[in-house]
Amino acid sequence: MSRYVIKRLLLLIPIMLAVSFIVYFIIDFAPGDVVDIIAGNEMSEQHKQIMREEMGLNDPLPFRYLRYMAGLLRGDLGISYVTNKDVFDVYMMRLPATLQLATACTVVALLIAIPLGINAAVHQNSWIDSCSTVLGLLGISIPIFWLGLMMILVFSLNLGWFPSIGNDSPLSIVLPAVTVGVGQAALIMRTTRSSMLEVIRQDYLRTARAKGASEKAVIRKHAFKNALIPILTVIGTQYGAALGGAVVTETVFAWPGVGRLMVDSINNRDTQMVTGAIILTTMLSSVVILLIDLAYAFVDPRIKARYMKRGDNLGRK
Amino acid sequence: MEENSVIFDSGLTASKKYKKRSQISEIWHNFKKNKGAVLGLIVLAIIIVTSLIANFVIDYDTKIIRQVVSERLQGPSTKHFFGTDQYGRDIFLRILYGARYSLAIGFLSVMVSLAIGGVLGIIAGYVGGVVENIIMRLCDVFSSIPSLLLAICISTAFGASTLVLMFSVGIVSVPAFARVARAAVMTVVDSEYIEAARAAGATKMRIMFTHILPNSLAPIIVQVTMRVGSAITTASSLSFLGLGVPTPAPEWGGMLSESRAFIRDYSYMTMFPGIAIVITVLSINLIGDGLRDAMDPKLKR
Repeated sequence: MSRYVIKRLLLLIPIMLAVSFIVYFIIDFAPGDVVDIIAGNEMSEQHKQIMREEMGLNDPLPFRYLRYMAGLLRGDLGISYVTNKDVFDVYMMRLPATLQLATACTVVALLIAIPLGINAAVHQNSWIDSCSTVLGLLGISIPIFWLGLMMILVFSLNLGWFPSIGNDSPLSIVLPAVTVGVGQAALIMRTTRSSMLEVIRQDYLRTARAKGASEKAVIRKHAFKNALIPILTVIGTQYGAALGGAVVTETVFAWPGVGRLMVDSINNRDTQMVTGAIILTTMLSSVVILLIDLAYAFVDPRIKARYMKRGDNLGRK
Repeated sequence: MEENSVIFDSGLTASKKYKKRSQISEIWHNFKKNKGAVLGLIVLAIIIVTSLIANFVIDYDTKIIRQVVSERLQGPSTKHFFGTDQYGRDIFLRILYGARYSLAIGFLSVMVSLAIGGVLGIIAGYVGGVVENIIMRLCDVFSSIPSLLLAICISTAFGASTLVLMFSVGIVSVPAFARVARAAVMTVVDSEYIEAARAAGATKMRIMFTHILPNSLAPIIVQVTMRVGSAITTASSLSFLGLGVPTPAPEWGGMLSESRAFIRDYSYMTMFPGIAIVITVLSINLIGDGLRDAMDPKLKR
């Protein structure tokens, strides 16, 4: 099993290099550079040139990238052009807020999705099933940023229950977490429902009932446990996406997380910061996906047996 | 047995045509039974028609972008159904006119991802080997970058415009399409009729595009419909961040972005463009669900 984990982690290295290459080149292609942004209109062209020379921005792009890559391979993400701080440190300063939000969203999503999905499957074609279908459709059809604005409008501006922006009070997290959570709940619920439906007609459930297990125990212990794998997959990908994809939510709620940092850095043409932040985010979500893959083994003894047997032959595909 | 195959051979063209039609009509038959999907189809048809005739009925220069200071920030009334914005422009008319942006960006960006991802997926699934490995690893790389961030990077690099928006929204779902297409091809590629075509001496290209492509279409079509909805939401998110259709064009996401400053006192400005997006995306998703169930009744539960 540890061989499998190590292999998966080593596979991350070429992927990270490729990601850094793509992002570095795309950002560099953008019109204007970081010096134009920092200096604005006040600095003369001559001064700007000196600044560029000092920052090494005048070197040709492949050369700059190779230098960056050399640092990257040593684990050095470089320093931010704008703040002159270590990219890794800046990222780590912002990470807690994002982790907090991503975790809170997932909790909200699970609280809505799992009970609703299970009940929709158990009482197929009932009113609760229809409700879940409508909610599932709405959840994937509403743009997150608009839902966020509506949340602010109703619960913050009109009712005054929660603060609308920032993360100063513990209540601040409620609105952004619910906003993103509802969107995530839609997908998790759809998966829960279809996965439960797949399991629910199996013979072993009838056997369990025949042996006198209560309906609750049948659903919880026998059905849900066996339906868990696809659900885990969705939860994992959603959590991974929340780590880097909460850009819009963080903008709407002025949440000081990683997403906001990345957008600001893109606007500032801070190539090192953007590339570093995207690499770190990508690594984080890859690790989450790896953890989910490992969690399969704990949920399903059959998979565990396979991991043990041929630990190196089990990729995601 | 021998006789049967001869009869089948001679009637090949006729039976092929007949079968094709029956398959489509069967899908339509199943689709019709789904009330939600039909409702979605009707709503979407209305939106499409609106977006097509809007520029003949509404004058862009005087009704959509002209600023009328005396009528600024008026609430919804019979004169202005959805009120007016901070420049006195009628929000109802702007939303009607704006449908074309969302629809065009939604459909065309998916066409971009379909064209690139579909072709890559078919090649990967059919050719296999090193080519497949290279294509799929590239997909892994692209899909490991958070999709919205990738779209933001591309939009920043090439500047905010409608064309760039379509491209950047499209490119992020290329890996998804490549995977779906590859999976679809791989289920078809081992069937006997492909072997027969190969035995009959058909070229690889011919097999790929006349035999494999039509037979692996169903999951791809479903994927297309589903993706149009999410492409519209993604595009409006980018517009909201200021990376979309440049102002003063009445793009829904852009309108939302402008309305943000007025949310406290003029909340109607924020409500209506959002509702327009939700209705459009919802109707497309309803159609997508209906199509999925109609094309593969096994999936329906």
